[in-house]
Amino acid sequence: MSNQLTTDPSKPAQRMRAGSMTMTLMPWILAAGALMLMPFIFTSSSALTIMNQMWITVIFALAYNMLLGQGGMLSFGHAVYAGVGGFACMHIMNASDFFASFPLPVLPVFGGIFGAGLAMIVGSFSTRSAGTVFAMISLGVGELIAASSVIIVAFFGGEEGISGDRTYAMPFFGNEFLQQINVYYLTSFWVLLSAALMYLWSRTPVGRMANAVRDNPERAEFLGYSARWVRYYSFVASGFFAGIAGGLFAINYEIVTEENLNTASSGVILLVTFLGGVGFFFGPIIGAIVFTLVQTVLSLQTELWAFYAGSLFLATVMFFPGGLAGLLMMHVPVFKLGKAKLLIEPYFKTLLPAAIGILGLCALVEMTFHFRHATKGDNEMTLFWTTFDSHTVLPWLIALAVTAVGLVIAKRTAPALKEAWSDANSAGEVS
Amino acid sequence: MELILVNIIDGLVTGLLLFMLSAGLTLIFSMMGVLNFAHASFYMLGAYFAYQISIALGFWMGLLIAPIIVGVLGAGVERYGLRRVHQYGHVPELIFTFGLALLIEELVQFIWGKNQMPFNIPEVLNYTAFSVAGNSIPAYKIFMIFISVGIFMGLLYVLTKTRVGMIIQAALSYPRTVESLGHNVPLIFMGVFGVGTALAGVAGVIAGPVLGTFPGMAFVLGSIVFVTIVIGGLGSLWGALVASLLIGWLTTFAKSYNLAMSDIFNAIGISTPENMDDNIFRDLWTVTSPQIADILPYILMVMILIFRPAGLLGKRES
Repeated sequence: MSNQLTTDPSKPAQRMRAGSMTMTLMPWILAAGALMLMPFIFTSSSALTIMNQMWITVIFALAYNMLLGQGGMLSFGHAVYAGVGGFACMHIMNASDFFASFPLPVLPVFGGIFGAGLAMIVGSFSTRSAGTVFAMISLGVGELIAASSVIIVAFFGGEEGISGDRTYAMPFFGNEFLQQINVYYLTSFWVLLSAALMYLWSRTPVGRMANAVRDNPERAEFLGYSARWVRYYSFVASGFFAGIAGGLFAINYEIVTEENLNTASSGVILLVTFLGGVGFFFGPIIGAIVFTLVQTVLSLQTELWAFYAGSLFLATVMFFPGGLAGLLMMHVPVFKLGKAKLLIEPYFKTLLPAAIGILGLCALVEMTFHFRHATKGDNEMTLFWTTFDSHTVLPWLIALAVTAVGLVIAKRTAPALKEAWSDANSAGEVS
Repeated sequence: MELILVNIIDGLVTGLLLFMLSAGLTLIFSMMGVLNFAHASFYMLGAYFAYQISIALGFWMGLLIAPIIVGVLGAGVERYGLRRVHQYGHVPELIFTFGLALLIEELVQFIWGKNQMPFNIPEVLNYTAFSVAGNSIPAYKIFMIFISVGIFMGLLYVLTKTRVGMIIQAALSYPRTVESLGHNVPLIFMGVFGVGTALAGVAGVIAGPVLGTFPGMAFVLGSIVFVTIVIGGLGSLWGALVASLLIGWLTTFAKSYNLAMSDIFNAIGISTPENMDDNIFRDLWTVTSPQIADILPYILMVMILIFRPAGLLGKRES
């Protein structure tokens, strides 16, 4: 088992691989504890909002990875299933008699059922093949449903979407979910439950066969499994959990619009999942947490955050196809050999200058943007807590120098890092 | 009757424009098996470059230079980006081009801002060529038709009659054999990718003044182009032509004839229900054809995928 985890830094090309590590109950208990304690550590209401957003994205990203990482199917329209789940939940919320007959925590199940139902219909023709054809069909169907949301006003509510009120449900042990914190615990419960169910799904024969079909459909067929049906089951299950995420979104925000199902949100979930790493079960969780944080922090600081996110995404695809989880797991063998301390110094020498160089580059980008697009006469800009005039030469020189020096040092020390890495990864004494 | 003629011309313009994009896309697909998600982004880059050049040197130089720059950029993307990602498999390749499309859109917004650029039809072509029953046909549309047909003819000639075309066609089907005959297949791939993106650039230059030069232009056309090559059959050049023209005419005719759904239902013998307000199909009854014109290609695609998965002129999947 352990040799599957070994990764070679000169070959970052890891095959997408899921479930190659055995998990015990421990991580789940820890996660449950963390979920319980989080609101006591981050007490502000904005933190609660961010965390709700985060857990919803976690469920959605995990559902997406059931397709991409475990089934090898790339979908460009997966937001549709979450969106339809959300719309269905919203309609149930507005059907007051029916809504009052069950407590609110049950509502996401309906979202899941509707998501899975739509996935059953679409999957019946889209899962015939994987790869490019599947990707194109998912894009076409996604566009079709997103575009018809403006036309079919009865279900999608046109451009303003539909809204509802979550408090009309049957009280749940006297709780009416008036406050954000109540919703937080509801979301936390669902994130834990869905993650556990999705993990268990990946252990079932059908989840295992999904991996086999991803890697070699022909061979899987020779073993007697229909590749198409295996893909179909994964697709429907993924649609179910996406629908749950959509239902939670409806509960949290009490409004669902066309934005929940358009191609842009499908693209975001692909970005989140890939950034986190498709090769490991916990990859999308890391991706969702990091992306939500980066999005909230960066979008407050700069207008160009989508540009940075796009660049980061492209760099991940080109250089670290394993994503963040892949990068983390590369270090497991090093720790197993007990040689982690060999890496500290080279990391410090290379990554710190590289980070400074990249920040310098960002400063150049920001200054160029300010220079071109700021209103006339508004020459002052604030960057890294310093305010200066973007139309003078000095700041440009400083930024250029910082960038060049940082990147040159990083490039100089990179071979030493590579050497230290191969030392740390080889058993026996260091030569 | 006259209106039909006008619509035929309009649909032809849209269809041929679509074809210029889908031709390059389908060539690249049949060659490398990778779908270039950023193809429409190169179309957008063509329009923006041409606008920037036209300020200094005029429209015609823009038409000449912008596609060349776009082609070189495309070749660079193939050489330094796609070829690197290729080792990881097809899915990462698709994700790479998807990321590239996102990045190019952000980049365009970064350089030119979010507003539409004042990229206009050149003065020489800004007149009415002729009019059909009171509807004037601008000369620029005729120019667009001629450019696209000319490019299609040229492409067909190069691909089927010249030595280079023969080698490309051979490299499409048997890259290994062609390589062992002494041809540089990676270079051919890079070249075809460059030419394909340059074609998208040309389409961008000539469409920019009519359809508008704005950061969303790639997205507007992009997904329709994918739909086109799926309908035509992945990898089939003739299929791309047929599907482009079909979509061009379908959307144009749906937009200009105001057909209400209720009329169609009434014609086939279903009467309009009395009480519309609480009928769950009320939207279906009030829909008109201009409303659904933009989603007709997607509906067509789903139909094709259900009844003829290989596309109109595609080969059956092996």
